[in-house]
Amino acid sequence: MESTIVKSVDYNAYFGDNHVVKNVNIEIPRNNVIAVMGPSGCGKTTFLRGINRMHELIPGATAKGKIMLNNEDVMEMHPIFVRLKIGMVFQRPNPFPNLSIYDNVIAGYKLNGIKLPKAEKDKIVEHSLTRVALWKEVKDSLTKKGSFLSGGQQQRLCIARAVAMEPEVLLFDEPTSALDPISTSTVEELFHELKKNYTLIIVTHNMQQAARVSDRTAFFYMGELVEYDNTKQMFTNPTDIRTQNYITGRFS
Amino acid sequence: MSNHVKYRIGKSTGFQALTIVLATSCVIPLVAILMYIIKAGITKINWNFLTNVEKPVGEIGGGIAHALMGSILVIFFASLIAIPIGILCGIFLSENKKSRLAYWSRLSVDILQGVPSIVIGIVAYIWLVKPFGYSAWSGSIALSIMMLPIIIRSTEETLKMLPDTLREAAFALGMPFHRVILKVIVPCGISGILSGVMLSVARIAGETAPLLFTAFGYQFFSTNMNKPMETLPHLIFKYAITPYKDWQDLAWGASCILLIWVLLLNILTKLITRRWKVQL
Repeated sequence: MESTIVKSVDYNAYFGDNHVVKNVNIEIPRNNVIAVMGPSGCGKTTFLRGINRMHELIPGATAKGKIMLNNEDVMEMHPIFVRLKIGMVFQRPNPFPNLSIYDNVIAGYKLNGIKLPKAEKDKIVEHSLTRVALWKEVKDSLTKKGSFLSGGQQQRLCIARAVAMEPEVLLFDEPTSALDPISTSTVEELFHELKKNYTLIIVTHNMQQAARVSDRTAFFYMGELVEYDNTKQMFTNPTDIRTQNYITGRFS
Repeated sequence: MSNHVKYRIGKSTGFQALTIVLATSCVIPLVAILMYIIKAGITKINWNFLTNVEKPVGEIGGGIAHALMGSILVIFFASLIAIPIGILCGIFLSENKKSRLAYWSRLSVDILQGVPSIVIGIVAYIWLVKPFGYSAWSGSIALSIMMLPIIIRSTEETLKMLPDTLREAAFALGMPFHRVILKVIVPCGISGILSGVMLSVARIAGETAPLLFTAFGYQFFSTNMNKPMETLPHLIFKYAITPYKDWQDLAWGASCILLIWVLLLNILTKLITRRWKVQL
């Protein structure tokens, strides 16, 4: 049995009075790719942002319940510490426009005021960029601004930025919805590589993508976790009628 | 083509022509003022004019060195007060768009912007000059109050334009709030913030009314902020209302200097905006 890295216990999230995530209990095994899917407004992104305490940055947003990371409740930890352990990649590539590619990768250290020797920084940058298959493309233009890259390259740069912090879990919020098909497939290939070292939780609208990249899939509907199972099982033999309807496209 | 269509095309062309004519007419007063002041003032400017201080009427070779120095000092200290407060307040307003405090401080800033400068001068007079006497300090404080709304608003507007994704990217890397602001948000909006600062300096450089009651004016060269001090706009006012031709000439020369100063600041602002603009 694989060990559990992230576990939510009766997790609820609200925007003001609006109850958007309802009593979610989920166990996420280490070094797996978990796809979270569901129709728009089903609370999947909110749940994802709850895991690294980004949810509470929105004014009026609150949460109840527990999110356990290695059996420690992240709700009890300082959010800054949580976010160092759980990295995040967003829907739109968002490299820091004022920083070079090099500085973008080590932004987590540089902007947090962590001083590292040059050799160490070089190592982290090369290592992180290699992991996201971007090193060969940008190794001669590390001093250029990150915003000069194409959308797909920018997104991989953002993944490298998250990877550079050596987190345990990486959260992806619809990471390919702003990318073209070729960049999308590059990023999807990355997931297979990244799961050797990290646990990946990916929110996606795209069912094919969920089927392609994930080991397990969670289906959210109206704020509830309807079904959570092996991806193969989910797509071939879902137990809940709502999952069946969603997968077969009977509602969206 | 029917007459009706011709009529509509004609009307459209007429309207376009009207906008062009009126847009051009905005330029006329500026050019006229510039031409006139430069014509009247540029011949008065020479080395002595810039390095000498006031001379009695009739004695030639009077200059504006004391006023130039005074203006620089008063504006420098006004900026020292207004820039940090203004930028921090702007940051607060952009980060807390909906809080009650933000609502009230935004309202105050808007009203402050509309307060006539003479009123600010009188208030500074009552608060600072009556208890402590005339001083360059009180002038700096009065001017800093005038700078605040411009800096606050431009900082707020600039930072609001930055996408939320930038803020999220920084928070997701585990950065504490102050680092997100100082290392990411402010550097990305620096061109807008700086141009607001420069514009506020240009705006107060020619302000006379608040200085009448505060820095007061002085005939001698002085760098003592605790004592009255001459400033360019006040010197222009003082000389311009005298009946003496050579003092009036000095006022023209000083006007020309002030104009060049403001013009340079505006050009500098444009350069800064272009140079430091972060491509999002």
